[in-house]
Amino acid sequence: MATAFQKVYTQISQITKATCSLKAKGVGYDELAVINGKLAQVVKIMGEDVTLQVFEGTGGIPTNAEVVFLGKAPSLKVSEQLAGRFFNAYGNPIDGGPEIEGREVEIGGPSVNPVRRKQPSELIATGIAGIDLNNTLVSGQKIPFFADPDQPFNEVMALVALRAKADKIILGGMGMTNDDYYFFRNTFSNAGALDRIIAFMNTTEDPAVERLLVPDMALAAAEYFAVEKKEKVLVLLTDMTSYADSLSIVSNRMDQIPSKDSMPGSLYSDLAKIYEKAVQFPESVGGGSITIIAVTTLSGGDITHAVPDNTGYITEGQLFLRRDSDIGKVIVDPFRSLSRLKQLVAGKKTRKDHAQVMNAAIRLYADAANAKTKLENGFDLTDYDTRCLDFARDYADKLLAIDVNLNTEEMLDETWKLLSRYFRLEEVNIKKEFTDIYWQQQSNS
Amino acid sequence: MTKGTVSGVVSNMVTLRVDGPVLQGEICYIETAGDRLMAEVIKVIGQDVYVQVFESTRGLKVGSSAEFTGHMLEIQLGPGMLSKNYDGLQNDLDKMEGVFLKRGQYTEPLDAERLWDFKPLAKVGDKVRESDWLGQVEENHQPLKIMVPFQLKGEATVKIIVPEGQYKIHDVVAVLEDERGNEISVDMVQHWPVKFAMTNYAEKPRPFKLLETGVRTIDTFNPIVEGGTGFIPGPFGTGKTVLQHAISKQAEADIVIIAACGERANEVVEIFTEFPELVDPHTGRKLMERTIIIANTSNMPVAAREASVYTAMTMAEYYRSMGLRVLLMADSTSRWAQALREMSNRMEELPGPDAFPMDLGALISNFYGRAGYVKLRNGKVGSVTFLGTVSPAGGNLKEPVTENTKKVARCFYGLEQDRADKKRYPAVNPIDSYSKYLEYPEFAEYMKEHINENWIPKVLKLKTRMQRGKEIAEQINILGDDGVPVEYHVTFWKSEVIDFVILQQDAFDEVDAVTPLERQEELLDLVTTICESEGRKFETFEQVVDYYKKLINICKQMNYSEYKSEQYYDYKKQVEAYL
Repeated sequence: MATAFQKVYTQISQITKATCSLKAKGVGYDELAVINGKLAQVVKIMGEDVTLQVFEGTGGIPTNAEVVFLGKAPSLKVSEQLAGRFFNAYGNPIDGGPEIEGREVEIGGPSVNPVRRKQPSELIATGIAGIDLNNTLVSGQKIPFFADPDQPFNEVMALVALRAKADKIILGGMGMTNDDYYFFRNTFSNAGALDRIIAFMNTTEDPAVERLLVPDMALAAAEYFAVEKKEKVLVLLTDMTSYADSLSIVSNRMDQIPSKDSMPGSLYSDLAKIYEKAVQFPESVGGGSITIIAVTTLSGGDITHAVPDNTGYITEGQLFLRRDSDIGKVIVDPFRSLSRLKQLVAGKKTRKDHAQVMNAAIRLYADAANAKTKLENGFDLTDYDTRCLDFARDYADKLLAIDVNLNTEEMLDETWKLLSRYFRLEEVNIKKEFTDIYWQQQSNS
Repeated sequence: MTKGTVSGVVSNMVTLRVDGPVLQGEICYIETAGDRLMAEVIKVIGQDVYVQVFESTRGLKVGSSAEFTGHMLEIQLGPGMLSKNYDGLQNDLDKMEGVFLKRGQYTEPLDAERLWDFKPLAKVGDKVRESDWLGQVEENHQPLKIMVPFQLKGEATVKIIVPEGQYKIHDVVAVLEDERGNEISVDMVQHWPVKFAMTNYAEKPRPFKLLETGVRTIDTFNPIVEGGTGFIPGPFGTGKTVLQHAISKQAEADIVIIAACGERANEVVEIFTEFPELVDPHTGRKLMERTIIIANTSNMPVAAREASVYTAMTMAEYYRSMGLRVLLMADSTSRWAQALREMSNRMEELPGPDAFPMDLGALISNFYGRAGYVKLRNGKVGSVTFLGTVSPAGGNLKEPVTENTKKVARCFYGLEQDRADKKRYPAVNPIDSYSKYLEYPEFAEYMKEHINENWIPKVLKLKTRMQRGKEIAEQINILGDDGVPVEYHVTFWKSEVIDFVILQQDAFDEVDAVTPLERQEELLDLVTTICESEGRKFETFEQVVDYYKKLINICKQMNYSEYKSEQYYDYKKQVEAYL
């Protein structure tokens, strides 16, 4: 592997589960090295002592291993050839195709100057009312699914990706099961979208620390297409909790003091560096965009755990999936889901009554939840309570369920229909200018 | 100047071996691959100096050279800062080249070539001290004072002061002679180390003047004052940033400084996009004209994030010493604390609670202490009002940043998940939140004189009603609707009226977003009347619910109507008739 001018070191002074240390000179921070064919990265320099993090783990590395420094940080070759290809965490093809030719860019590059960004304003239509109506997505947004491992988040994500009309879909798989990897491959292939897909895969069979490279690889490719090709790029990252777990493994082996939930104290910054790559560029820079949809798996629905908690503070909202026992379907939970950018499009790119109708329906859905508690506690229900419960069932079935596929206009009309069916005008608290137009007189049954 | 050589690198902490004296907190520049990386001294052990680098250290090698500057992290203060977008180190973001932030790129914070209309305020022979006003220029239609250098010791005499005319920031506008007979040339630019508080005032009395924000849950229920401090903790998704933006748009301040500290870039972009278009409701000019943005978003280097809040505070203190009312907002102070934690961790310091550094509490209280209402030596007054958000981990308020902030901030606006889930925005919890200023006799006196004699007593009564309403809601939850007397329902629904009509406010509705104080006064009177009226005789609790729901609906429609419009009076009459 070493070329004529590269010095080969052969004396390793220390080996831990994830790191090797040796004496070396002229080494740059973050630089890559190869130890007996295994890729490693410089994580600490103290005088002549250099500590390397070995991505695959240090098993089988002898104390006299050959170490060669590559003089560059982890990088990816970018060009149009990336489209339609599947790679591992290092950016090497795993689909049997040829190596990529192109310009080599370092991954994890600098951030966009905030004044060169544009305020996102383009709606991403998914057809799922739980998203489009209540938590509208906007291009340039970053938003995760918060879901328990048994929920169909990958299915919903694939659906969203295919309906989103993106020029490129970049999939970053971290600790993904082989089955899920094939699910994505087959879904995209069946939809005839394979030429728009680029995937960087770290499956459960691969070493855990390797997956730390996946988001940066995916986003380096995304930046190439968004900046140089001026395209609308959608990046799917699943599962970011596995990514964070790898961070904690590394920080633990580096003897760092853990903060909450054994996560490194820098977790917020580490996650922000990834998510903040989501951007909408102004026309002056080509008008491309990077939208990130991620998955953060929860343990027992606990969102106070450090990973979902820090994620929530970084991303522009979150989407919750929940099984609704009343209708026996998975719905997008209207209480805990949120899209922070929805007001940039709701009522502006959609019909004017959007925001008010959405809020009214959710408020009444909340009243239904209260009524349900009353029912469970054995109290008598009022007429209003019963109407709320009836409304909630219809609302979940016709709008919140993930198998719904409507355009926004139809969603709004459907909501008005349900509101008018179950409630009186003064119960919905909507501005008169809208109720004058959309309120449908019906007899309350 | 002292020079150093890199001897170690761990992320953004670098050790240097130095050949001379260094200051704690001194700034140095490290050379690597053609880039100059700015760094700050954080620890010294013998010849080994630990510095935190404000940039990515990728590729940095042992043996790289470093040059010290002889001063701590300081910023330039002068005309031309308003409407600017800076990063945490006061680089002008608009002057930076390229789409991406290039490492080692530093830009001038002020425009050296721009001409300013200077008017002298002092005359030859005047005795002056540091921070005294020598002259003024117009900055975005506001007077900006050119002051005696802050570093001046003792008294000086004005030898020369230039006549009225156009000058650039580095032109000498005055020459002073200090007590030892040294001549000092004064231009329009001051330098100040950001970590030190400016104490160039005569005294710092207790603040007492209401700072109008147009947000009802603040102004009516838990008012903040000019020179006051407050904080807004809340789990994610409860509307911290929306509330802060609303305040920064509407507050009656001369200068608004927004420090976006480790938060989302798109939120800053929202300000960039909207503020140049929006109009200041108090002066009729564009909001951007009175605003400075310090944007150190979450993906920008962590060390600069820590600096950003200090940079913002120093600018606020600068404008305060000109007798202006400054509102400083920091979103979020938790990210600043996390930046401290990351560094402390790399330095392998013994950790305090939740791995935060042990001196976190002291740092927070010193920072909040820099805000305040001050009397200047020339008798004028100025203020820095500080509002910080806190992002408590897991939404749990029992964590070090929230707890330490609670000890020093005088107003507490606790955002609540439950309210946010129910879309009761702003999600400020009406019962746990407080403003200590309501207890200040100075403030009561001020409100009596300037607003309304009965304001505070009325507010306190409504607060009691909210408390009572909550208690009853809990009882109803346990005993059921029929398990409590009908009057209980009346009391509960009166508290709902207060909640829906005063506390809840639609930040995205053009009219409802901002409520001028006069309108708040009318609303307070109206809601008080509703609460004190007997209502009707109700037979069942359903009638109560029905009655108050209709009432709330009319009040809501009134809130959505333009103030003093026909529609507004029409709804108001409907309410009165309904009672």
